[in-house]
Amino acid sequence: MPERAKVGTAWAAEAAGRPGRAQDGGTGAVACASEFEPVIGLEVHVELSTKSKLFCGCQAAFNAPPNSHTCPVCLGLPGVLPVLNRKAVEFGIKTALALNCEVASFSKFDRKNYFYPDLPKNYQISQYDLPLGTSGHVDVSVDGGMRRVSIKRVHLEEDAGKSVHESGTITGSSFSLEDYNRTGVPLLEIVSEPDLRSPEEAYAYLSMLRSILRYLDVSDCKMEEGSLRCDANISVRPKGSSVLGTPIELKNLNSFRAVEKALAYESRRQAEILARGERITRETRHWDESRQVTVPMRRKEEADDYRYFPEPDLVPLEIEEAWVNEVRSTLPELPGVRHERFIREYGLPAYDAAILTESKDLADYFEAAVAAYGGDAKAVSNWVMGELARLMNATGTDIRDVRVAPAALAAMLKMIDDGTISGKIAKTVFEEMFATGKEPSQVVAEKGLVQIADEGELARIVDEVIAENRDVADEVRAGKDRALGFLVGQVMKKTRGRANPQAVNRLLRERLVPG
Amino acid sequence: MRLYELTAHELKEKIERREVRVEEAVRALLDRIAEVDEAVRAYVTLAREQALAKARAADERLARGEPARPLEGVPVAIKDNMCTRGIETTCSSKILKGFVPPYDATVVELLERAGAIIIGKTNMDEFAMGSSTENSGFFPTRNPWDLERVPGGSSGGSAAAVAADEAVAALGSDTGGSVRQPAALCGVVGLKPTYGLVSRYGLIAFASSLDQIGPITKDVRDCALVLGVIAGHDPRDSTSVPRKRCDYLKGLVPDVRGMRIGVPKEYFGEGMAPGVRAAVGAALKTLQDMGAILADVSLPHSEYALATYYIVAPAEASSNLARYDGVRYGHRAPGCPDSVTMMTQTRSEGFGAEVKRRIMLGTYTLSAGYYEAYYLKALKVRTLITRDFDRALEKCDCLVSPTSPTVAFRFGEKMNDPLAMYLSDIYTVTANLAGIPAVSIPCGFGEDRMPVGLQILGRHYDEATVLRVAYAFEQATDFHKAKPVLGGAGADGAVVGVAPACGAAATGDGSGEAGGGPTRKPAGGEADA
Repeated sequence: MPERAKVGTAWAAEAAGRPGRAQDGGTGAVACASEFEPVIGLEVHVELSTKSKLFCGCQAAFNAPPNSHTCPVCLGLPGVLPVLNRKAVEFGIKTALALNCEVASFSKFDRKNYFYPDLPKNYQISQYDLPLGTSGHVDVSVDGGMRRVSIKRVHLEEDAGKSVHESGTITGSSFSLEDYNRTGVPLLEIVSEPDLRSPEEAYAYLSMLRSILRYLDVSDCKMEEGSLRCDANISVRPKGSSVLGTPIELKNLNSFRAVEKALAYESRRQAEILARGERITRETRHWDESRQVTVPMRRKEEADDYRYFPEPDLVPLEIEEAWVNEVRSTLPELPGVRHERFIREYGLPAYDAAILTESKDLADYFEAAVAAYGGDAKAVSNWVMGELARLMNATGTDIRDVRVAPAALAAMLKMIDDGTISGKIAKTVFEEMFATGKEPSQVVAEKGLVQIADEGELARIVDEVIAENRDVADEVRAGKDRALGFLVGQVMKKTRGRANPQAVNRLLRERLVPG
Repeated sequence: MRLYELTAHELKEKIERREVRVEEAVRALLDRIAEVDEAVRAYVTLAREQALAKARAADERLARGEPARPLEGVPVAIKDNMCTRGIETTCSSKILKGFVPPYDATVVELLERAGAIIIGKTNMDEFAMGSSTENSGFFPTRNPWDLERVPGGSSGGSAAAVAADEAVAALGSDTGGSVRQPAALCGVVGLKPTYGLVSRYGLIAFASSLDQIGPITKDVRDCALVLGVIAGHDPRDSTSVPRKRCDYLKGLVPDVRGMRIGVPKEYFGEGMAPGVRAAVGAALKTLQDMGAILADVSLPHSEYALATYYIVAPAEASSNLARYDGVRYGHRAPGCPDSVTMMTQTRSEGFGAEVKRRIMLGTYTLSAGYYEAYYLKALKVRTLITRDFDRALEKCDCLVSPTSPTVAFRFGEKMNDPLAMYLSDIYTVTANLAGIPAVSIPCGFGEDRMPVGLQILGRHYDEATVLRVAYAFEQATDFHKAKPVLGGAGADGAVVGVAPACGAAATGDGSGEAGGGPTRKPAGGEADA
């Protein structure tokens, strides 16, 4: 594709390779949709997990009875005034620092004016031209490589309430009810530059962002509860072009998967339109989860006019260097850095390091277990990513609620190492520890799972198995090595797993494989 | 002297000395209201029962031997844009009809804590937008000095109530002169404090960066007394400033010798009524005779003040008034098919013409493409105006000017000419733009023997100096003692005669003759609905 100088939509028809153009450029008569690449930027809103709302003392809680966490201030009654929550600003600074932003020494709040029944004042207190943080970046690992995504801005604003429509949809209802519990809950808006080049990158960026926010403990980032929300801007352009196309805003992205799928759909849709030689119309589109398509919401011919102006009820926010430094000193080791350290310090594969460091609690768990164990970190990693993760998923348990202490896992690993239990038995032991919180030694004792250490007893059982499976034994004698595994299995069965598989193997071979 | 005629400090003393019970005082005021308010119409809501209950509680307190508080038993009126728990608060707007706040404004809390008894809510221009109280969504208030004239606005109800002895003191709010101008037009004292001195929590916002609550009182001592009660930092208002409390009464020294008083030439130009010019001129002479040094000063950006004000105030108002949409409280248009229609219809029905005009103005100036040309430019001019004052006040202790270019005008005179109405605030808007304190005190009588106000402006947070000059002037003159003649209500309602009751010293136009003022037409109770 030839390089294009024009901005906006005009190039779309050219990019699609109209006949005249195609002859000039010699690029062929019909452009192919695969010659386009998406340009994606994400706008993420996270609810900060402060105790109280952004401008009043009401509790910022999820799932409370409607309108039970409201007061004159968040209800926007006549005459009330906002008072800024210091903790929310602190969380904002913390996030801005973690995203490598410059924290503004002078910031202010502005009013964003629009009418909607879930917005009690009919304006939202937000930040317009002087946000809390600007010019940051996040490093995201994509396909084994690192990609730097620029953060345009981070700002604080208040959340709106929730409209509940009689019959579920606004058009089919004869009335709507308003729940103002969420009104005034502090939101942090994090806007990326259009640096993402695929739905997968968008997904990875979003995961990294969530991971960082959880490390900072500023938000629980639950998309299904709305404490993390994501809108996307996407345009496509010919590969290699540096011009931006007409952006489409995507809404109703209610899960990480939805973000990825909607972007994939939209990227394909736009590429096909351009390939046909048509133009993209600027609009906001809605992701229809049930039909797996995007549908137009409203035309966006020009930007909405929110009539922003400085909020006169609040004084400008002056953030002293000392406060920023104080907050900086509380920053935990962030997932990117920890990931590198896990590879370096524990010799873990990048894959393990990525999974373990995604959640701070999981990484903390791992490190505590490694410290208590003192042995091979990879063994700990295998157990955490394997059995522990499996049981957590199966039972819907959060790492914080896991009843197996890291030291208990370490103790169990030592029991494997010293031959007290087999690796196979260990799985049974671990399941019991997970269910009951008991120490491994107690589980082993109670269930009689100690490995059979007496060689004579084991040899007797091996002989029994050979006697009961003459055909198979003959096959082994005839050199069919695979049949040996069956006999090992039979011994393990008889001993309810308490045999040492290596010992069983040796004893069988001694009897069936000469020399 | 009748009980309702007393000033707050006089009444408080009598109560403290147990010469008067609080209930007696409250009943005297309620009786006075019953007598004259049909003619004046200062109140939109009376809190008769609450006031009497609180009066009895106060009497019990005192009977138990508890000490009298600063405003013990003083009946006060509150402009209807300040929230009062359990008492309907409407801003004189149909859109808030029926709204009963579940909380008190900070100033209301402070007044009650100081022993004041709230007897009612006073009429105003709807959402404080206006200079005559004719924009009330309910009815206009009449000037007690001449019932055919406006009391000024927007705190017209509070000023008229104090002038007519229907309240011992009152609170008003001042966004561009709404305390000072009606105080001037009704012959009482009105102060707009420094922005940030008095909490705005519970004051229903008109223009947040300009609004400030202030006392309207019968004399300067009462003004200082009430200010002392309501001033102070409030954690619920981020724009209220943490400062040490000040005893404004202590600063009331009747001595201006050697003080430099600036006379800004821009405030004495064209457009001022001759009677006002004469009264203010005489007042300057009085101050000079008392030993003050008058100095000519200039506030060069004054000519842009009104334009600046009418950009900033409507812009903020357009946003502040967005919440009145019928969704949660107040008026809701019935029978609308959807929420957008409901909100639109509610606002069309609920707001009056002036409020709509300003919402449209403000919406326009904040719109994309106009913001820089209007709002941002206005903010810059505002800074220049503030600098003018800072400079002038470097060399002077305070500045003086007329409060309003004319005396109270007649009903309807300016209602069809918004610009003429806006000019009423030409000398007062600057103090709001600059955030400085300014008081209006009676300084004589002008056209048709109507009261004239002298405005004294001071440095930020220097209410003490402003009040000291006002007090000294008041001590040297008798204007504040003049009272309109009201009352003598017959069986058929109020038939009212009006005349300056007191000879005025040192006025320029020789309006000294007392009595014999022109009698006014009887005002029927329903005539102004």
